[in-house]
Amino acid sequence: MLEINNLHCQIEDKPILKGINLKINKGEIHAIMGPNGSGKSTLANVISGHEDYEVTKGSIYFKDQEINELSPEERAHEGVFLSFQYPVEIPGVTVTNFIKTAINESRKSKGQDEMPSSEMLKKIREKASLLEIDSNFLSRSLNQGFSGGEKKRNEIFQMAMMEPELAVLDETDSGLDIDALKIVANGVIKCSNENNSVLVITHYQRLLDYIVPDFVHIVMDGKVVMSGDKDLAKKIEEIGYDWLKKDNS
Amino acid sequence: MKFQEKLLDSFIAFEQDIDLLNPIHTDRKDALKRFEKQGFPSKKDESWKYTSLKSIIQKNYSLSSKSDKSVELRDVKKYFLNDLDSFKIVFVDGIYSPFLSKTTHDGMDICVLSAALSKDKYKSTLKKYFNQIVPKDESLASLNTSYTKEGAYIYIPKGVCPEDPVQIMHISTGNQESIWLQPRNLIIADKNSKVEIIERHQSLKDHSVVTNSLTEIYAEKNAFIDYYKIQNDLNTSTLIDNTFISQQRDSNVSVHTFSFGGKLTRNNLNFYQKGENIQSTLKGITILESNQHVDHNTLVNHEQPNCESHQDYKGIFSDRSVGVFNGKIMVKKIAQKTNAFQQNNNILIDNNSKVNTKPQLEIFADDVKCSHGCTVGQLDKEALFYLKTRGIPEKEAKALLTYAFANNILESVKTPNLKRRINSLIAKKLGVNLGFDL
Repeated sequence: MLEINNLHCQIEDKPILKGINLKINKGEIHAIMGPNGSGKSTLANVISGHEDYEVTKGSIYFKDQEINELSPEERAHEGVFLSFQYPVEIPGVTVTNFIKTAINESRKSKGQDEMPSSEMLKKIREKASLLEIDSNFLSRSLNQGFSGGEKKRNEIFQMAMMEPELAVLDETDSGLDIDALKIVANGVIKCSNENNSVLVITHYQRLLDYIVPDFVHIVMDGKVVMSGDKDLAKKIEEIGYDWLKKDNS
Repeated sequence: MKFQEKLLDSFIAFEQDIDLLNPIHTDRKDALKRFEKQGFPSKKDESWKYTSLKSIIQKNYSLSSKSDKSVELRDVKKYFLNDLDSFKIVFVDGIYSPFLSKTTHDGMDICVLSAALSKDKYKSTLKKYFNQIVPKDESLASLNTSYTKEGAYIYIPKGVCPEDPVQIMHISTGNQESIWLQPRNLIIADKNSKVEIIERHQSLKDHSVVTNSLTEIYAEKNAFIDYYKIQNDLNTSTLIDNTFISQQRDSNVSVHTFSFGGKLTRNNLNFYQKGENIQSTLKGITILESNQHVDHNTLVNHEQPNCESHQDYKGIFSDRSVGVFNGKIMVKKIAQKTNAFQQNNNILIDNNSKVNTKPQLEIFADDVKCSHGCTVGQLDKEALFYLKTRGIPEKEAKALLTYAFANNILESVKTPNLKRRINSLIAKKLGVNLGFDL
């Protein structure tokens, strides 16, 4: 599904990723952990094609196609989704209208007709109930005045609607209380199946109790320094990252 | 002969057509004298620093319409809001078109100024209101006053609230290569009345038309007026809009200006608060491209205590377009507890577009709340990235963000029909189909 080879990237001449290797197969859930400033969010942005980050070396393959040169929207059309740590507020555009536009633009790119309204409505209802979102919420302006929990729930709702093949969740758990965390995690689990993959980026092991990863990778200073299974995340939670720093040097 | 001289010389010919015994003729003659002295404003005038009329007044224009080729309804239907029942006052090349209009004298007066000037029963109203709030030192206003002949006349009596908006439409056919129009409108909302008005200037084909329009609006005690200006004319048209609004206590007047078209548009929008507990609202969305130029020159004169004013203008500028915002707030010494708010936010889409924004506050009272702010920036890159990760292509994403940027101005548009129309104009102006019903 996703294969990243020796990826180097920089922003305004400052190197951030310094040789990331990562392979995610169909149906797998991977987690990336790491201290602040290690390059986790950068990796998420680079996978989605953020134009501020310059890839200086290495490659990203998605479904066996190199996507380094694709724009963010082209990657989205291919099936990449990024759940933002800080979703953007768009006043005047309702959640419903926004998701309709997003879905129909993706369909347009594939030469398909717009989704019929009745089908769209049915899908919206179904996915909204999955995330315990009520209909009032759907007619509010996108992210405007949303609480932290509402924003993240809305991100996963968009993911559920767009049915990506690869979902990258950038700190989707930050700022969530335990009830919201369960709802969000449950939404992710319900959407994941043997044909898609999830990359969870997080600081805390807590989320991984609900979204249980097949693999956990530790990123420090722009590199994957260790990979393991879910127990690695538990170990990090207990003893932190310092032992890895020593190991690394 | 320079056009300014032509304006002065043609007055004698103009006098052949009008009733010289009408008391307002003194206003005309006085105004002409003032214009002769003042001349057209130039860049030396502080309030005309960023907008030049030079190239416009170097040309020559006809001052009256020659042909009477009638305009068919189907040619202009699309410019109206499609409430068939609403009152309409329509002018074609400055001449009233009874055929396209729907006026009334039943319970209120929605008609034309020439009719009001010719009938005795309007004499006292005209005496009370005509030319009462127009400052003497504004030359373009003087010029308009001197050629007062035709325009909309609206009188809403005490407690009357017509349901549908009144539409005032100025159509320019282009039958003459260049024409100079000077409509003069008088609008009075008496105590406890309420009225909604939509004004539009529209050329039917590319030609050189300059409109120097003047509108006086009087809101008596507790009157509510919602005024919408749709400025979406062809790129060969120039509009100088002089609007003067006088408000009595407890009245509420709002003016929304949607500037999407035209070659050069200058809005001189002036509010005078003459009583307590008044609300004045000035809002605008400006979306320009190519070489378009729009100048919003506003004045809110807080002359009495306990009043509010709220100004919010958004501008979006592409290509080589230019925007000017010059917002003046005066708070007289007596006007304690004034609450005046002013905001002007702009987005420059291209490096060649330009905005000059200048807030001007003159506050002589000591217990007031006045705030102002202006910004000039670009679309938020992070927001753009967010939309693109959702599969929305760059062009559509930019349009969506631009729409979102301007959106709060539309929230206060009360007529759903008009809101939809403005929305579709914005979508069209941004050149994309956003794929959903805005």
